[in-house]
Amino acid sequence: MTATNQTLLKLTVNNHPGVLSHICGLFARRAYNLEGVMVRPMINCTENTSRMWLLVNEDERLQQVIKQTEKLVDVINVEQHDFKDSVFEQTEQFFLSPK
Amino acid sequence: MRIETNEANDLDIKAQQQFSGAQLLIKLLERQGITHIAGIPGGANLPMYDALTDSKITHVLARHEQGAGFIALGMARTSGQAQVCFASSGPGASNLVTAVADAKLDSVPLIAITGQVPQAMMGTDAFQEIDTFGLMLPITKHNWIVRSAEELLEIIPKAFEIALSGRPGPVSIDIPKDVQNQLINIKQLPQPGKRITNPDFDHSLVSSMLTKIKQAQRPILMIGGGIVYADATQAMRTFAESLDIPAVQTFMGLGVLPDDHPLALGMLGMHGAPYTNLVLEECDLLIGMGVRFDDRATGKVAEFCPSAQIIHVDIDHSEIGKITNPVLAIQADIGELLEIANQLLEPCKRPLWRQRVDQMKQHNPLVLEGDNDLFRPYGAIKTVATLVDQSANITTDVGQHQMWVAQAYPFTRPRQWISSGGLGTMGFGLPAAIGMALAEPQRKVICFSGDGSFMMNIQELATMAELGLDVKVVILNNDHLGLVRQQQTLFYNKNLSAVKFQQTVDFANTAISMGVSGLDLGRSNYPLDDLKHALNTPGPWVINLPICETEMVFPMVAPGAANRDMIYGETA
Repeated sequence: MTATNQTLLKLTVNNHPGVLSHICGLFARRAYNLEGVMVRPMINCTENTSRMWLLVNEDERLQQVIKQTEKLVDVINVEQHDFKDSVFEQTEQFFLSPK
Repeated sequence: MRIETNEANDLDIKAQQQFSGAQLLIKLLERQGITHIAGIPGGANLPMYDALTDSKITHVLARHEQGAGFIALGMARTSGQAQVCFASSGPGASNLVTAVADAKLDSVPLIAITGQVPQAMMGTDAFQEIDTFGLMLPITKHNWIVRSAEELLEIIPKAFEIALSGRPGPVSIDIPKDVQNQLINIKQLPQPGKRITNPDFDHSLVSSMLTKIKQAQRPILMIGGGIVYADATQAMRTFAESLDIPAVQTFMGLGVLPDDHPLALGMLGMHGAPYTNLVLEECDLLIGMGVRFDDRATGKVAEFCPSAQIIHVDIDHSEIGKITNPVLAIQADIGELLEIANQLLEPCKRPLWRQRVDQMKQHNPLVLEGDNDLFRPYGAIKTVATLVDQSANITTDVGQHQMWVAQAYPFTRPRQWISSGGLGTMGFGLPAAIGMALAEPQRKVICFSGDGSFMMNIQELATMAELGLDVKVVILNNDHLGLVRQQQTLFYNKNLSAVKFQQTVDFANTAISMGVSGLDLGRSNYPLDDLKHALNTPGPWVINLPICETEMVFPMVAPGAANRDMIYGETA
């Protein structure tokens, strides 16, 4: 079901209005499709920050788009992760097509 | 690039003081050292303009918000300091968009401050409401909606810091009217925002770079706008001279090496000199300094510098590896890197390579056809250049005239030349010239334009007249959109489509009608004398100079082709 070349980006970002727009806008204007987005404020953290998981197809432009993401002022950190055991793998049941 | 604050010890207001959001904004801008703001008032920024009358900041009333944006941009590119423009909500903000986008692509610290409808009305399709935040988002380094007057204390200094730090760029700040009117008690004002320290880099990489350069037989430097913005011109010249490396310059890097410098190879790329592009075919090491390998410079990337390894130095991490695969890349402030390199390097001479480069220069020269005829493009530019001295600053609009100037004007210093590089905005020239003249009033500004471009911000003639600036607009007028005509001629089988203006404009009389002196060389009996008189009479002038629509910019590399495949004009 999930293509093998999918990868995850784990972002730590400031939590205020507009941050999601900055990130989604960056991916959209660089024609990089987001296959999944999961974001919530960090629960055990006193800083006003959010954790954002982005599911993307891995192609040769990925490193460039990561660098561009790192440049956004409200992005504190970007890491790359595997799909396996990820929040997207664990929530696949919510994304099934109706029979 | 430093911001001077003239009220540095004003940090503590002893007694608590009450400000409106708008008054606080103006106060914070004063503390940033802002002396001029270009803009236009309207319903949603009335409080800012109310507060401005109590300030020593000079307001420049533009005739269109895009003009205001380019006036501020011209000041910023000339001074290296962040500059501010104001617009109201809705159409005011959308009119600013082109100038902000221009600043993004050419890395200019422009701060666009817009009024917005009151927060309670946002999202209701209120009068003159648009999503300014959404419009500005993809064309700024960062942007904000200010939700309370208190937030200004953080956002304004941060805006200057972001605009000036690392690779400079524009920011925008959208301020709802209720925030401008909100009263706030303040005891302490924040420190002004300034450029923050550059990224650290591994100094051993500088030694690696010098080793690679030492090993190279045929190195070429590629000098970009990053050198200009880092104020690293002197260090760059020392570096090139000490290691005896010939240098090509990008459109944005023109002026770093004076035109007559023995190592200067002129501009590379789409309209570069034949020898410039051909030398790059032979080089075995290309050292890109403060460049981003724009497609107009590289041509077809796969065939750019085919025999060369690439070293890339840039302050923007995301530029490294974006277009090319360098063998050595250093993310650094180019000025800091060159200081270290200049201490470490062992000077050397490259007689064989220099001889080969000179030979190529002789055999493949840049032919400036008609450069002794005032009514031909190169002749017009060369004549103007000889009639003004090197203290003059130069702007252009966008099109054939821009490329002719980039090829032929003898630039001698950085920031002498500003032109819309990345975005290629027609209408840039006149308002940018106004900004240049405001930033350096002691210098004359020459704005080369075309009849197509000039019409796109012609209303700013009235602004220029009001200010009485020493700006001379020279319009190379062919009654056509010349560069489009050229491409249709070369690449679309001479199928000329929508490039001729049926109704022409009398620019000299139009200028006079807006309070600017006008001269039409096409109607002059003594054109050279009249031109000399206009250029040397202080104050704003528009000089119309008719040229033939069949003139072309040569050489030309077709979009997407390799730089070696230059199209040459037929020599007369």
